[in-house]
Amino acid sequence: MMLPRLEQRAEAFWVARYLSPFLAAALALLCGGLLFASLGYDPLVAFHAFFIKPVSSLYGLGEVALKASPLLLCALGLAVGFRCKVWNIGAEGQFTTGAIAGGGLALAFPHGNGLWLLPAMILAGALGGMAWAAIPAFLRTRFNTSEILSSLMLSYVALLVLSYLVHGPWRDPAGFNFPQSRQFEDAALFPILFAGTRVNLSCALPFAALPAVWMLLERSFIGFQIKVAGLAPAAAAYAGFKETHLVWLSLLLGGAFAGIAGVDEVAGPIGQLLPNISPGYGFAAIIVAFLGRLHPLGILFASLLMALIYLGGESVQVSLGLPLAVAGVFQGMLLFFLLGCDVFVRYRLRFGPGAAAASSP
Amino acid sequence: MAPPVSNEDSRDKSRGIGKAMMEDRDRQAGVTPRLALDGISKRYPDCLANDHIDLEVLPGELHALLGENGAGKSTLVKIIYGVVHADEGTTFWEGEAVKILSPAFARRLGIGMVFQHFTLFESLTVAENIALGIDHSGEMRALSEHIRATAHRYGLALDPERTVHDLSVGERQRVEIVRCLMQAPRLLIMDEPTAVLTPQEAERLFSTLRQLAAQGCSVLYISHKLDEVRSLCERATVLRGGRVSAECDPRRETTGSLARMMVGSEVVATARPLPHAPGPEALVVNGLRLAAADPFGSDLNDIRLSLREGEILGIAGVAGNGQTELLLALAGERLAPAPEDVRLLGEPVGRLGPAGRRARGLAFVPEDKLGRGAVSEMSMAENTLLTAYLAGLVRCGLIRFGRARELAERIARDFDVAAGGVDSPAGSLSGGNLQKFIVGRELLQRPRVLIAAHPTWGLDVGAGLTIHRELVALRDAGAAVLVVSEDLDELVEICDRIAVISKGRLSAARRVAETTSEEIGLLMGGLSDEGHAGGRHDAA
Repeated sequence: MMLPRLEQRAEAFWVARYLSPFLAAALALLCGGLLFASLGYDPLVAFHAFFIKPVSSLYGLGEVALKASPLLLCALGLAVGFRCKVWNIGAEGQFTTGAIAGGGLALAFPHGNGLWLLPAMILAGALGGMAWAAIPAFLRTRFNTSEILSSLMLSYVALLVLSYLVHGPWRDPAGFNFPQSRQFEDAALFPILFAGTRVNLSCALPFAALPAVWMLLERSFIGFQIKVAGLAPAAAAYAGFKETHLVWLSLLLGGAFAGIAGVDEVAGPIGQLLPNISPGYGFAAIIVAFLGRLHPLGILFASLLMALIYLGGESVQVSLGLPLAVAGVFQGMLLFFLLGCDVFVRYRLRFGPGAAAASSP
Repeated sequence: MAPPVSNEDSRDKSRGIGKAMMEDRDRQAGVTPRLALDGISKRYPDCLANDHIDLEVLPGELHALLGENGAGKSTLVKIIYGVVHADEGTTFWEGEAVKILSPAFARRLGIGMVFQHFTLFESLTVAENIALGIDHSGEMRALSEHIRATAHRYGLALDPERTVHDLSVGERQRVEIVRCLMQAPRLLIMDEPTAVLTPQEAERLFSTLRQLAAQGCSVLYISHKLDEVRSLCERATVLRGGRVSAECDPRRETTGSLARMMVGSEVVATARPLPHAPGPEALVVNGLRLAAADPFGSDLNDIRLSLREGEILGIAGVAGNGQTELLLALAGERLAPAPEDVRLLGEPVGRLGPAGRRARGLAFVPEDKLGRGAVSEMSMAENTLLTAYLAGLVRCGLIRFGRARELAERIARDFDVAAGGVDSPAGSLSGGNLQKFIVGRELLQRPRVLIAAHPTWGLDVGAGLTIHRELVALRDAGAAVLVVSEDLDELVEICDRIAVISKGRLSAARRVAETTSEEIGLLMGGLSDEGHAGGRHDAA
């Protein structure tokens, strides 16, 4: 047989493991350049429009922070689950139900102007996200249903629920029949932190969550249990770590974080409920989590990069007239190359007939 | 794992032995060896597995390849069978230099090999498995006849139509042997064939091998069981640390002298357990019935056992007779139907998971070391947390890494675990060192009840003795110890009482002093005298 085969490397370099996100980013850029060139644009001009222009003003930097914070929050929550191989693909749905719960509270108290309203909305958002994540958790622990499918499908259900609410009961009576809710009152909006930007108080939340998640994953015994359950389920069973508890914990935590991110978005830059409140943050957060190697610090950098890609997509749309889908193409390439690089960190490609000699010490 | 060798001195020694072999060859003048190896070396990144090995096997000879775990036996036979390629040295087949590049080529030469781990498809029949193994083209019926004839000629009972997952381990081995025999091999390599056999099955295998040798087929017999080699083989090559340390006629050696050649120093036997009065019951199983979770597993049927403080109870049995299920049920990974089914130190724990049982004084050495007993990607320090988390390694939900490291260092020191340090991942440890680490981790928790599955599996004689001594010390300190093992010699060595598990049933335990290996062997083969033998007996 002369087919190329993948052969496991005797030892994967840890350096290579941490290098592969950078290599993936470089390869995505390279292919992006080829893409721009093939579309007839000077790659350098396009790159400038994509990566430099969006961050060359204070306002632009603020936008990066604003886009990065929901990504960071969602990805931190997902990383906990991914560490124990609980594949919560439904952060988008949990984001949406969080926004519904938090936004609903804001709409329910149109004249509420106490300081309690925002914290209550955050809490409601967390509960909304957890409620949505609890469904896959229950199905998984009770019936062994794949949480990949149930959480993914529930995302679309959540979007439809939101759509129903803003088309129906929660529609703004003074909104000319547009599918949107009333604008939130000031008490239900995060205050702007820096004049001249849209950066608001919600951007601080992920930075509070980051050290907490780091403690949980790297220093706590629960984090250890999560890691063991992910790496060797049989060892977790032997040690007596309860798999069901860990599944519940990681889904609820992921749901809570995504739900809070949803509140941040509707009570921040948007200020009301709309049919589309997320440009796919919940899904992009999956890429962010993996690009950041499921490590809180790595996820911070990955979320900034991903935010830049979102902004870059908008920027080339404005300045070069390229479709917004370019951002999606970049996201896809990034994940593709990352997974590809990871394969080659652990395996090597071999041609020719089986010379098993090299692989059996 | 063989230590890397670079000093010239040892080189010279192996050459010296090579010279002795030349003289030996002169003595045997006129006979061309069937297989001769000249200066075979194989280096792996972290060790020199084979260091200038010379070996010759004469036609019709029963030749033993002796050595401890990690002495380089497996690498050497893999080189002979073409699975691994040597870095240096020449192989002669019937006097001609050959390069054995693949197992297929080895088979064409006439080399057959029976691996320690069988390579059979469970869901296929015996004939189908053999057809796959020998590039058979033609009618299955003719093949079945051929199998029957071959098996019959060597006194091996084998039904070609049976499905492999219905076969006992001994029968599966017969399939592997017959598969080799159908190609009329001139050299048959057997890798630790008796590790999984009952004494009776082993005896049957020996007579087959003797018959083969009488017909001119050479046999290279790999083992570390000295008694076997002494009764079966005419010549033995002993490997130690990747080099040939001796060559001898095992029939003229004692077990002690062979062990010395293997280990390099006098082997001190475990102190024979002192008979003393055991204490109250520590672990009681009361008529436990449990269906197997795995379709090929064994259902546990009315298991009753009573383990007292201050005694070691052994559970013997051929692999796959319910040991796995029993161990999981005792550890709490599978819950019993009722709390009263399992009592630990007087408390009903049948519905309690592993953590709850561990908190009540149970420690457990699992069957699978990597992936269950330890997480291969995690460091040794982190792996101590797996079961020792109740021993002060966690405070306020946070891990005390310093303490975990200290514990790992203590385990490494007390149990002589050779590793690159406590931060090296468990997966980088050799099988024997990982085994020592896990056993050490469980022993250092000073459990009141210890369940140990195959505690010395894969260990060399010296390390095995250390662990035996520790188990006996634990017992003498008043703990109850349950040892599940397939190695009957080990059980007889350290246990006070032995019970046998067969087809999911556990025999009554009998005192070691009042029973014989033969009796236990019969129980292992399923010929129970308990009146509930029920099940079908082995076909042969």
